[in-house]
Amino acid sequence: MNFELLMQLIVNGIIVGLLYGVVGMCFVLVYKSTQIVNFAQGEFLLVGAWVCWAFLTYFQLPFFMGFILTMVFMALFGVLLQMVVLRPMIGEPIISVIMITIGLSIFFQSLMKWIFGVSPQSYPKVFESESVQILGLNIEMAYLMSTVISLAIMVAFFLFFKYSKYGLAMRATAFNQQIAQSLGISVKQVFAMSWGIAATLSATAGVVIGLVNGVSNSLSTMGVKVFPAVILGGLDSVVGAIVGGLTIGVLENVAEFFDSQYLHVGNMYDIAPFYVLLIILWFKPYGLFGTKDIERI
Amino acid sequence: MSQPAINIQPANPILTVNNIEVVYDEVIQVLRGVSLAVPEGDVVTLLGPNGAGKSTTLKAISGLLKSEDGEVTKGDITFMGERIDNKNAEDVVRSGVFQVMEGRRIIEDMTAIENLKLGAYTRNDSQINQDIEMVFNYFPRLKERTGLAGYLSGGEQQMLAIGRALMARPKMICLDEPSMGLSPLLVKEVFSIIGQINREQGITMLLVEQNANYALKAANYGYIMESGKIVLDGTQDELLNNEDVKEFYLGGGNEERKSFKNLKSYKRRKRWL
Repeated sequence: MNFELLMQLIVNGIIVGLLYGVVGMCFVLVYKSTQIVNFAQGEFLLVGAWVCWAFLTYFQLPFFMGFILTMVFMALFGVLLQMVVLRPMIGEPIISVIMITIGLSIFFQSLMKWIFGVSPQSYPKVFESESVQILGLNIEMAYLMSTVISLAIMVAFFLFFKYSKYGLAMRATAFNQQIAQSLGISVKQVFAMSWGIAATLSATAGVVIGLVNGVSNSLSTMGVKVFPAVILGGLDSVVGAIVGGLTIGVLENVAEFFDSQYLHVGNMYDIAPFYVLLIILWFKPYGLFGTKDIERI
Repeated sequence: MSQPAINIQPANPILTVNNIEVVYDEVIQVLRGVSLAVPEGDVVTLLGPNGAGKSTTLKAISGLLKSEDGEVTKGDITFMGERIDNKNAEDVVRSGVFQVMEGRRIIEDMTAIENLKLGAYTRNDSQINQDIEMVFNYFPRLKERTGLAGYLSGGEQQMLAIGRALMARPKMICLDEPSMGLSPLLVKEVFSIIGQINREQGITMLLVEQNANYALKAANYGYIMESGKIVLDGTQDELLNNEDVKEFYLGGGNEERKSFKNLKSYKRRKRWL
């Protein structure tokens, strides 16, 4: 058994899992505060990664400046998307809104292909050395940065929802919109804010992945990958999204290890998480951390 | 026996509701011309049976009707000289009216302190922590509860809901059935604190209640609603001594009666008004 390879893959799994966790958190955020299952989640990554790439190549900005500008752009993008496309849908059946997010997903995928073309592009070099050695493991600098960013986002997320006025307002809205209104909270503002935050943080993940693998339209499949992660954790649990993300990340890589070493089936990397998801949902239909919805009639 | 309804419009009301009609879902008319006035600094109570439209009246004032597909179709509501009947709920809170909704409605998956902080959402000053201490002075037992608010007892949740209202530093608090589901002892405690807050903070109170006995003792003035209309109003003494009110709301009334054979229908008689 190639122990070193296994360790390397598990570490990779954790790094990628943290990114899944970040994207999953954004997904949960939108779902909790607006009840919308956002099928355009993956496109946030895609748009963010392309916009950052454009800043870095067309405008030749230094990486961190381009990165920050991308985040600002994506915050506006998310808020505008909510205000222009989704706000008029408030009060309509939730399923119609979900259909709209599917439409948005197709729209932005095509738009990105139209603007930036279909061939993958790589980011300009950001770090001097490609990778560092930690405890005998080879870790790419971009991955290291991604871990730091993911963890920072998670801590910030926690602090925001625990201590800030707006975080509390968003939790109140998630709990009950009428109560939130009675406290003077503008539900429309909260909706816009949650889309803004979701777009910004997802884009961060998009940029980080872009740094490692380059930008291509396949980035939006992250939106699909995140599904098993959040459903595993429970659609309405932020902690669940992180745990689910980590689990899926590690599972993928472990499945890859066993496949390459013993089974030689191919493509286990993509499929294994969905099998595990299926089995877990069998026993826990609301996910590991989700709350059961009790409908009283 | 029967007294004509007395309409004393207070000289300087902080809130006036003028002949409002409320329609839900564009078809169901719930209020048919409700008028009332709340003088500044007073406690005014709105009594009536289930389905009379008391809560609807409060929601019309606080702007929460819109979230239930309700609409004020006629009449107007003025708070401190400003029309508030077409404002959003959040703007009404900013103008100084805070509603404590029926059934407490605290945020169960947050702690008491987080609930209190949310009460101050519309404020931007730095005295929020001071005000949390003030709320704890009124409700000392809330201070000991550090867990989630959902695990508080009914009485504590009601106290938290009132405390949360105080955090907004409102000019007027609308309380919707603060006695609901509480033991008699706790009802007494909650009402005495409501009176205390009114005296000490000078906050005007509009109190919707089914527990007429306590409500009338706490209030300076009362209105009685039935089927979407105000049928009677008067000062505390007038209502407490009114035969109809005694009979139908206070449970005392005509003590000589041995049977219900000749029971008058309050509603039918009031239609003549």
